[in-house]
Amino acid sequence: MKGRVVKVAGPLVVAEDIPGARMYDVVRVGERGLIGEIIELRGRRASIQVYEETSGLGPGEVVISTGRPLSVELGPGLMSSIYDGIQRPLDVIAAMAGEYVTRGIELPGLDRERRWEFVPAVEPGQTVKAGDLLGTVEETPLVEHRVLVPPDVPEGTVEEVRAGAATVEQTVAVLKTPTGRREVAMLQRWPVRRPRPVGRKLPPVVPLTTGQRVIDTFFPIAKGGTACIPGPFGSGKTVVQHQLSKWADADIIVFIGCGERGNEMTDVLLEFPELKDPRSGRPLMERTVLVANTSNMPVAAREASIYTGITIAEYYRDMGYDVALMADSTSRWAEALREISGRLEEMPGEEGYPAYLGSRAAEFYERSGRVVCLGSSAREGSLSIVGAVSPPGGDLSEPVTQATLRIVKVFWGLDDRLAQRKHFPAINWLLSYSLYTSRLDPYYAEQAGPDFPENRTRAMAIMQEEAELEEIVRLVGVDALSPRQRLTLETAKSIREDFLYQSAFHEVDTYCSMAKQHRLLRLILAFHDQALRALEAGAPLEALLELPVREKIARARYTPEEELERLDALAAEVATQVGQARART
Amino acid sequence: MLKEYRTIAEVSGPLLLVEQVDRVKFDELVEVELAGGELRRGRVLEASEGRALVQLFEGTTGLDVQEARVRFLGKVIELGVSTEMLGRVFDGFGRPIDGGPPVIPEVRLDVNGNPLNPTARAYPSEFIQTGISAIDCMNPLVRGQKLPIFSGAGLPHPQMAAQIARQAKVRGAQEAFAVVFAAMGITFEEADYFISDFRRTGAVERAVLFVNLADDPVIERLATPRMALTTAEYLAFEKGMHVLVILTDMTNYCEALREVSAARKEVPGRRGYPGYMYTDLALVYERAGRIRGKPGSITQMPILTMPEDDKTHPIPDLTGYITEGQVILSRELHNRGIYPPINVSQSLSRLKDKGIGPEKTREDHADVLNQLSAAYDRGKEARELAVVLGEAALTAVDREFLKFADAFEQRFVRQGETEDRSIETTLDIGWELMAALPRSELKRVSDKHLQKYLPGAQRAAGA
Repeated sequence: MKGRVVKVAGPLVVAEDIPGARMYDVVRVGERGLIGEIIELRGRRASIQVYEETSGLGPGEVVISTGRPLSVELGPGLMSSIYDGIQRPLDVIAAMAGEYVTRGIELPGLDRERRWEFVPAVEPGQTVKAGDLLGTVEETPLVEHRVLVPPDVPEGTVEEVRAGAATVEQTVAVLKTPTGRREVAMLQRWPVRRPRPVGRKLPPVVPLTTGQRVIDTFFPIAKGGTACIPGPFGSGKTVVQHQLSKWADADIIVFIGCGERGNEMTDVLLEFPELKDPRSGRPLMERTVLVANTSNMPVAAREASIYTGITIAEYYRDMGYDVALMADSTSRWAEALREISGRLEEMPGEEGYPAYLGSRAAEFYERSGRVVCLGSSAREGSLSIVGAVSPPGGDLSEPVTQATLRIVKVFWGLDDRLAQRKHFPAINWLLSYSLYTSRLDPYYAEQAGPDFPENRTRAMAIMQEEAELEEIVRLVGVDALSPRQRLTLETAKSIREDFLYQSAFHEVDTYCSMAKQHRLLRLILAFHDQALRALEAGAPLEALLELPVREKIARARYTPEEELERLDALAAEVATQVGQARART
Repeated sequence: MLKEYRTIAEVSGPLLLVEQVDRVKFDELVEVELAGGELRRGRVLEASEGRALVQLFEGTTGLDVQEARVRFLGKVIELGVSTEMLGRVFDGFGRPIDGGPPVIPEVRLDVNGNPLNPTARAYPSEFIQTGISAIDCMNPLVRGQKLPIFSGAGLPHPQMAAQIARQAKVRGAQEAFAVVFAAMGITFEEADYFISDFRRTGAVERAVLFVNLADDPVIERLATPRMALTTAEYLAFEKGMHVLVILTDMTNYCEALREVSAARKEVPGRRGYPGYMYTDLALVYERAGRIRGKPGSITQMPILTMPEDDKTHPIPDLTGYITEGQVILSRELHNRGIYPPINVSQSLSRLKDKGIGPEKTREDHADVLNQLSAAYDRGKEARELAVVLGEAALTAVDREFLKFADAFEQRFVRQGETEDRSIETTLDIGWELMAALPRSELKRVSDKHLQKYLPGAQRAAGA
């Protein structure tokens, strides 16, 4: 019994009489066995979105249901891989089929041959439940892969564990459960559209430190939090995402290139193995999984790619890791949704996007969070999501940006005017926000310094005042300002150029620790405060602005992390020089 | 023998609905024979049981529902390619229109191509010298990049494109170089300008031209870039040539896309363009790049005219999201008589960092780029301020920058249509301009380069 194709329109195929058809089950379409997923059932007819190019497919060809929802393979071997939107390893495809991604290739996500050294963590007779640790495998020198009791296994006792080398399919443990004996291999499957279960969710109280000053100091994201970066083209979205993947203090990075440029993925592929993890000195790629569905790859697989990515991310979160997921760009995902919806002839919402865009986006972002994992050990893990949005024409009122902003807690608004002025990262400080600041402040006060939250507030106020003063300058010129106001402008400029501006390509400047961020900002504000007092005591503004120490403040961001005490010395220098200038009056 | 159908049920715009068909495949090539024997070609947009929706590339004018016969050819659209295509002119569908003999294909290729595996790509990193300072120094082009020109109606993008096609070269390399030129919906005059320019300069011998004029069938434009890129892929990756593909004008291509979408009564996205326009454009633009282990490359330079000079219009907007930067032309510069009128501040080449520096261009390139662009921006700010408050209100330093901005436009950006500047000449002009600024303001260049390249710096140091 096989179903039969009745209509083909681009990535959408309609088929009739598929035996055992269920929503979201994977089917094989036509003679080439193209991979598709049932997305609508109506009477005998099923609508299928096909993850591969459908040209040459016609009515009458067969459709077979695999009876399984779209799933990913989870187990050791995920790290350092590059997958397409439905978890086919692109490097293996290249080795098999050459430079182009051809159709009908079926490849398992995980290598079946490779043997992993399984080190048991349980003994026979021990009671275990879903989420408990069975043993570990060194997946890469950076990642210890924790093999857990799968979430669907009821509580039971360990009957047998097998230490030593095993492939992902071989049994490493046998459990006795109320529902019978259960053999557990390292390989697990999980349907991508279903969130993996957790013990319970926790509020986010720890920041995900990124080493990017404008983010960490002004608009921080918490571990387990969500952020979005909308911005027009050329405003530096991708560089920010790359920087976060490189420097965020997460254990695992999942990077989803969703409908973006082919060369960009190549850049990541070539660069990440070269980049060193700042903590261990090992290649960054050893803790990274890439999911790449470039803009010229089939559109339906683009829709699936973010789910593939997040399921992998959840799997590592369940092991108790801090995982950061970058999706570049969710707009392309939404467009894929729109394209499929259009072909299903659904009633469109705004700008042709389906009415369920908002709920789908919410479902996706809600899979983030800091959690207590399943199992008896109360491990904590977190999954943070950073989604790029590419609003058409930079217009933030468009549906995808709006749907995203309703859910995420951090908004890094990129501004192409800043980018044009070569201010990078081009995150507009007046537009952006983070709803985590108040929750994270206790952490910052403890870790960076008690005055940190206050400094941030003060710096922000200066930036706000700058915007207002600039209005006045535009209207009547700079001469209309008082010396105090002009000093404020200078300080704002200093915050902009010596703090917010950060070069992703400079060896030292590319990463800035919290301790350094705190010192830099404190330094700028210290100059401001002391200069202000000097000004009030009658010192001329020009003399203060010409102090040689200002040049040093401007270069302070190039101070290596090991020499932060130089910044403290600089603070002393500020006090002396301003003091002298004041004394001269 | 192929089955023939005389069962056209509906004609609407460029679309045909054919009924009682059997076993039609999606995307299949279709031939329609009109009553007079004229053949037109199309492709299947939707294949259902017993029905097929066909898009005709040459339009439906004069089509007779009773008499026309439809044949489904059982294959997708293919183009026979060969190195003999160099020096030839074809129509938008790949048929010779220069009076020459038909091309004997070495191989027939599916014009849709296949997506390049990201793991097989090599990252573009070789500098292409176009001889135009505003591009070479400020927005350098590298092999395998896709860098569009965002123009406006009436701006001299044809001259620029022709100049780039003539002058583009990789320094120090003597490698086979070819230009594939695809014209979509441009006027006869514009096309004639290109063809005769190519002929006059001899460039035609290493060029393949596909020409769909403004009065040629609109829907044929959807095939034209695919024909061009299929040819380019063959030349680049089978024959090891370095191919520059010029696509002009992508705005007309998108209009054709919208026309088909409207005829299919699809739900429109922004401004009536179909929701899948991003994907469709990506399928065109992404066919650029380099492949690891293969000598050839495809560099794309699509040209589009921004409706109302609006960068946020869906066509330039979606293009900008796919391509690796953009060269934006400015009406203001053009009106002041500056050719090429490149808006340096708004233009961007995303791959520039990989293509410049010692051995590729010159060690001081990055410094010069940063310093010139910072100084020019400051000069333009001063210019704006001078408009509001009058030049007298400017500080002395700002006046210097204002002068610099003028000189930059007149001496650096401006150049002749046949002026082919080497990157050294370009950088030297940059240094000459910088020399007019106070030395203390040159913060973005290192002292080493300042000593070596700034005119007068050596003497000053020696004195």
